Amino acid sequence: MRAALLLTPPLAWFVFIYLASLGILLITAFWRINSFTTNIERVWNLGNFRTLFENATYRAITLRTIRMAALVTLTDALLALPFAYYMARVASRRAQTALFVAVLVPLWASYIARVYAWLLIFTNDGVLNWSLDKIGLGPVTLAYTNTAMWIVFSYLWLPFMILPVYTALERIPDSYLEASADLGARGWRTVARVILPLALPGVVAGSIFTFSLTLGDFITPFLVGGAGSSFIGNVVYGNVGVAGNIPFAAAFAIVPVVIMGLYLLGAKRLGAFEAM
Amino acid sequence: METALTRLALRIWVALVLAFLFIPILIIMLYAFNTSTIQSWPLPGFTFKWFPETWNDPEVREALLLSIKAGLIATAIALVLGSAASFAVHRFRFFGREVISFVVVLPLALPGIITGMALNSFFRFNGINLSLWTIVIGHATFCIVIVYNNVIARLRRTSPSLIEASMDLGAHGWTTFRTVTFPLLSTALVAGALLAFALSFDEVIVTTFTSGAQNTLPLWIFGAIRLGQRLPEVNVVVFFVVLFTVVPVTIAARLTGGGGVTRASAAAGRAAKEGE
Repeated sequence: MRAALLLTPPLAWFVFIYLASLGILLITAFWRINSFTTNIERVWNLGNFRTLFENATYRAITLRTIRMAALVTLTDALLALPFAYYMARVASRRAQTALFVAVLVPLWASYIARVYAWLLIFTNDGVLNWSLDKIGLGPVTLAYTNTAMWIVFSYLWLPFMILPVYTALERIPDSYLEASADLGARGWRTVARVILPLALPGVVAGSIFTFSLTLGDFITPFLVGGAGSSFIGNVVYGNVGVAGNIPFAAAFAIVPVVIMGLYLLGAKRLGAFEAM
Repeated sequence: METALTRLALRIWVALVLAFLFIPILIIMLYAFNTSTIQSWPLPGFTFKWFPETWNDPEVREALLLSIKAGLIATAIALVLGSAASFAVHRFRFFGREVISFVVVLPLALPGIITGMALNSFFRFNGINLSLWTIVIGHATFCIVIVYNNVIARLRRTSPSLIEASMDLGAHGWTTFRTVTFPLLSTALVAGALLAFALSFDEVIVTTFTSGAQNTLPLWIFGAIRLGQRLPEVNVVVFFVVLFTVVPVTIAARLTGGGGVTRASAAAGRAAKEGE
């Protein structure tokens, strides 16, 4: 009885608002708009999904979004592994705490502020070109390119990768590494055969976030990406606002859900969850 | 374990990653003092003149007020619903208990564009006009999990014998809650509230779809950057937004010993486990 009393309000919130919203999103995706009045017509059809599959532009946008999410995930994993290893297994107790806070600060520091920071760094007379000029490497044009987007995304989500990798590495008992050394494995062999496999669950946990957050973003492509760098999110945003095709926006918003579903399934197949 | 050379390489790696994480934040803070209206590097001089200018801008004030209002109300809702859910899941065994911890994480684990688009469809479907309250509903939905995670982590670490002892000494349910359970939880609740507020104060993606014509502070920043207008004011606002998002987190990290602050890793771990 008391359980019901405690549980009803939060459960009602999630069922009647959140899950209901997801349900309506799904239903809306199968409606269409009247092309003259632009009103939503509640007529069941697969037209939106057909457009998504058949239109080359939308296919390219979907692929671009997925490719960037994968690239960012890979970059962050590479950046995070040595960092998290140092944090978990080399740093002193005090340095460990300091590094932990040092990762938390950028994790929580305002998202929009951090995107804007890079916009100013990349502009033609920004910090980047000033520094490159000082060391004689000449100016680069990074503002409004896919490369800029890749750097900014990797920057934004890096803490989301470091923390779970750190947790995974910290859990490895010292005896495992000693055993590996006793059995004659040299440094790199221990890294490849013991440390990396045990770090994998952490990388997968982090990748869920780096992948999902990149997939659902539209602010970064809008601000630092150039023309022709639209993401799924930008099309959704455009169709809610200017273009005013809500059913189509809903249909395109379903795509990241499906991709994330497949991603989680794939991660599970890899057996990465068993180790968590 | 590691050779001296590996240690050195790791140290350099850590230093570079730290530089990557912090230089953009430091640079963006400096721009608030830029004398010029042109955002180039190096800054031509330092000034405080934009601070009063920004403070007196009615648009900025309105956006700030809306952000604070939405953040406070969403945090209050998240506190009530998040702790109710965590009590229920911690204290009672019931059918579908495992599903709850999965569902509350969804709004953070799914790309923001989905939560935003879903809520937008929901409000449209029910003929609800976008207002402060629709912003609050969106924010509360993803803030609940923050409070939930903090409170349930504390409950799990609290020994049940403390509560039993109180009962044995004759304190009834309410007295025990007031004098034993609540004081034990208070710092977890404060930490949860701070983090929920920080998350709400900074959110852009979901808010874009739930705010209608009004601007929260991050939306005002996004709009101004997009149009390239009033950038000196943007710099000042960004300066404070970074402070306001970082300070609560450092306090919360102290209150919880770092555990509750990892937002992503906690959620990722749970999502991964549920995915089995």
